[in-house]
Amino acid sequence: MNNQRRNVLKTGSGAALLSVLAAAGIIKPGMALADWNKAAFDAKSMADTLKAMGVSGTADSKDVQVTGPDIAENGAVVPVGVTSTLPNVTMVAILIEKNPNALTASFTLPAGTEANVQTRVKMGQTSNVYALVKSDGKFFMATKEIKVTLGGCGG
Amino acid sequence: MGNPMKIRAANKDGVTEVKALISHEMETGQRKDAAGAIVPAWFITELVAKHGDKVVLSAEFGTAVSKNPYLAFKFKGGAKGEKVTVSWKDNKGDTRTDEAVIG
Repeated sequence: MNNQRRNVLKTGSGAALLSVLAAAGIIKPGMALADWNKAAFDAKSMADTLKAMGVSGTADSKDVQVTGPDIAENGAVVPVGVTSTLPNVTMVAILIEKNPNALTASFTLPAGTEANVQTRVKMGQTSNVYALVKSDGKFFMATKEIKVTLGGCGG
Repeated sequence: MGNPMKIRAANKDGVTEVKALISHEMETGQRKDAAGAIVPAWFITELVAKHGDKVVLSAEFGTAVSKNPYLAFKFKGGAKGEKVTVSWKDNKGDTRTDEAVIG
């Protein structure tokens, strides 16, 4: 844990200061891992989300798999997993195209952790679910359509 | 402080699989209550899992992670009797840490 960085955030005016530091090139984008990426989670569309995450030049890959049901009866609890056989995977993210905010969760994997995460997500409606994987500094994607018969927002 | 998490960690052939079930409302901020007022968002934003002092997974969650989030992942290493800890922080600044012994 980088204590100095946390102190910087706690003192100063948080995000504003951070963006100043980022602009000055002291902090590289993507380095502030422990700090929630508000822009990415607030972004509505897939394109905006990827932009906010600093992702460019994604390629479809057969070595990335999205696991999940073909049809989810209850959109409030949809089991989704991402697995990949690509080497040196450092980041895995789950994006749901038609949710109000596409980005659902992102995981940072240190060396030694396998590219195999499972979680449960909410889906408002039938949508493509994307897995974004960063391997050796390049981004790869895979997709799976999950049909939802009952939306996740009605409670 | 939220309710305790349920964490299971099991080592098989040198790979430890961690499964965590976290107790949290994960309110999206899009739902309305009976009076029509929007229920404010309340969700886990950050999560860190450690094996001893070593971070084995860090995650950022959005509102679309389901209520009482479930998370499973695997890392190389770990031995029976060692500890795995999972900590989270939500958007209200609440945090919780729980630990499990690898079995």
